[in-house]
Amino acid sequence: MQAEQIEIASFLSKYPPFNSLPEDVVNEIAQQIEISYFRAGSDIFQFGDEIHEFCVIRSGAVEIYRRNGDLYNRLSEGDLFGQLGLLMNNRVRLPARALEDTLIYFVPESLFLELCDRFEEFAYFVEMDDNSRLSHAVSSKNESNDLMVSKVTQLISREPVCMPQDCTVREAAQTMSEEGVSSLLIMRPGTEEDEPEKVLAGILTDRDLRSRVVAPGLSYDAPVTEAMTANPVTLDDDTYAFEAMMTMLRFNLHHLPILDNQRPVGVLATSDIVRYESQSSLFMVSTIMRQNSVEELAQLAKEVNACFVRMVNEDANSHMIGSAMSVIGRSFKQRLLELGEEKLGPAPLPYCFLALGSMARDEQLVKTDQDNALILDNRYDPEVHGEYFDELAQFVSDGLDACGYVYCTGLIMATNPKWRKTRKEWEACFADWIENPDPEALLNASIFFDLDGVWGKTDWAEQLNNFIVRKAKRSPHFLACLARNALSRTPPLGFFKDFVVEKDGQHRNSMNLKRRGTAPLADLIRVHALAVGSKAQNSFERLDDIIKADILPKGRETDIRDALEFISMVRIRHQALDIEAGREADNNIEPENLSDFERRNLKEAFQVLSNSQRFLKYRYPYSRK
Amino acid sequence: MTTQDTTVDWPAFYKEQALHVNDSRLQLFYEAGCPTPDTLLGDAPFVALDFETTGLDAEHDEIISIGLVPFDLQRIRIREARHWLLKPRQELAEESVVIHGITHSDLEQAPDLLDVLPGLVEALAGRVVVVHYRYIEREFLEAALFRRLGEGIRFPVVDTMELEAMIHRKGLGNLVGRLIGRRQTSIRLGDSRGRYNLPHYGQHNALTDAIATAELLQAQIMHRYSADSTLDSIWL
Repeated sequence: MQAEQIEIASFLSKYPPFNSLPEDVVNEIAQQIEISYFRAGSDIFQFGDEIHEFCVIRSGAVEIYRRNGDLYNRLSEGDLFGQLGLLMNNRVRLPARALEDTLIYFVPESLFLELCDRFEEFAYFVEMDDNSRLSHAVSSKNESNDLMVSKVTQLISREPVCMPQDCTVREAAQTMSEEGVSSLLIMRPGTEEDEPEKVLAGILTDRDLRSRVVAPGLSYDAPVTEAMTANPVTLDDDTYAFEAMMTMLRFNLHHLPILDNQRPVGVLATSDIVRYESQSSLFMVSTIMRQNSVEELAQLAKEVNACFVRMVNEDANSHMIGSAMSVIGRSFKQRLLELGEEKLGPAPLPYCFLALGSMARDEQLVKTDQDNALILDNRYDPEVHGEYFDELAQFVSDGLDACGYVYCTGLIMATNPKWRKTRKEWEACFADWIENPDPEALLNASIFFDLDGVWGKTDWAEQLNNFIVRKAKRSPHFLACLARNALSRTPPLGFFKDFVVEKDGQHRNSMNLKRRGTAPLADLIRVHALAVGSKAQNSFERLDDIIKADILPKGRETDIRDALEFISMVRIRHQALDIEAGREADNNIEPENLSDFERRNLKEAFQVLSNSQRFLKYRYPYSRK
Repeated sequence: MTTQDTTVDWPAFYKEQALHVNDSRLQLFYEAGCPTPDTLLGDAPFVALDFETTGLDAEHDEIISIGLVPFDLQRIRIREARHWLLKPRQELAEESVVIHGITHSDLEQAPDLLDVLPGLVEALAGRVVVVHYRYIEREFLEAALFRRLGEGIRFPVVDTMELEAMIHRKGLGNLVGRLIGRRQTSIRLGDSRGRYNLPHYGQHNALTDAIATAELLQAQIMHRYSADSTLDSIWL
């Protein structure tokens, strides 16, 4: 004779971790539970109580507290609590109180332990401490994407075909057609002591034969060195496929020699990567470069969102998507500058066009506003050269706006004379910001302290960045001010039913995931990065440097990375859903649109952000200068 | 409606019955004794009981299923819950089949009430029976046993419907409301539960309803009484 608990079992099987268990097991649990009713405001567990069961909320709502009385979590129907106590010497660590009239199902410890033994999913769900669950959520995602786990060597299909640099164009072309390859590596003898016998001198491709030999009528007997690209961009053989793809996108390369200790082991071609990634972002970049007017570019720009959605659906991670979208945005700028120079004539002075903010960090998502600036040669004289750069900046800015990168409302654009400075002026400007970090200077920090040269003398951007990093690192007062500023935007506590719960217990219907999640994370990462002298711009790369510098609390090093990745991915996925549904993609998230998985892990990620902000305060103490 | 139950000295009645009943199972029930009227609600052992029947007339209709769950103010113990289907001695009417989702063939295989009596008595013994609407369970059990054994069974009950009626239908306000034709507050099980934020149960069977009744009593005690109230403030 058995008590059929259809009602309880069908309730349990709607919620994790029970929904992953076989039906007969859920029925067994349903027959083992105890039930109790708690009036609103009554204690369910007090700190230190002995605990031999874990709890499932059948109806109502429960608040979990820290020992110091701070609200830790607010739970509703289907949520679990108490399992931590079972794993911690059967003592309640986080007291629980009924927020509403609440009905609780209690699952006995013996059954709990048996379920942990028998079902990995169950054990996983209940045993994981919060942050390791987040880490699992992130890493299981990365494993699903080939580009993240494959090394470039796995993509190379054959040994490289090489010729000595003293061969002729004809000999090179003959070798290429005999071997059936579209690129040829040109080698020179090693001269330095640490060089191998033969060293890569250049690369010759089908396209070079077309554009540098046939079109201009170069003699076929000319030395191959006249047709090849000398000192090409290369990568080490232990690079990940994803990085190789980004390098190819960034430099708009179709062939990328891969080296093992300076020795070529293969040439990666665009077609090798296409197998792994839909051509979308690769195609996009090369197509951008072929458009001949702002109108054509604007037409093409309509496809950027589709490209974004494809990458999301291909399980790319946030770093890949952010990099790809940034490269695409950068390509629009580059092509517009090319077109601008065609229209206005060559620039009277060397300059560097800067991308600022998320594009510089390689963290751009769907199109945002344009943040840019100009570094000008020190000889710049506004009387003489002002008009040219004003027109060029206007051309680029208008073009970007037409392509969907709308004008920056804060006027942080090269069209603003304030943000067209000579190299010396920029250094003085940053020096002033660092020495006198007034609120206005700090307001712009999240945009200006992430900068990347897009066009022209891009090494000036690098040099300016080096200057900033050197100076900021030695300025504790600036770091403290920047740290304090990074605390201005805080994450919410979590979710409750269809609301976002703030730390003070207030409810909201939606939240901005950028403002409350990724932006404050990028802000705090920037503070650490400047403190350790990291020259990286990308938040993940900055984190690598920060972790290497060993300044984060032990055992928590990867938390920030996981949190950033998870929040970014939720943001990205929801933007993709918006686009697919024909809506304007924004950064607002409504809790009713979050899956259980997302809610749970977002909450953990917010916790990481909150803890990291606390650490920031302690690490860079603020005192009035 | 009888109100005389409230004046019965139940512990004494049990002692007396234990000496007089003939059936050994009923004797066991009475020998287990009855909690005293001054037992605190926080200490009282309860058992929620629910029947499905072939109709509403205890003299002619039969019990076709019994659900029960032992509980106290702290916990409702599903592990110890029991559920029986019973074979009625009369033919099933078509409509009652539909209501309970129990089919003829389910009942063909089922035992008679007397077959499950030992288990039933064991579950009820020493506990205060809790029902929602006392005129079904107590009267049906009494009548069904009388038909089979020539003697019945009597015990005090806590009626969650009656408690709800006392809360919502007593007082001058209610009298005025009835005079001006205001609709009375529903005291049906589901509606009563809703007032305490208890979940809606879609599946009706004797055991689900017994559990629902147990949950309701816990809620009523937490809201309207206290763990320190005594049993005689709520039993009938």
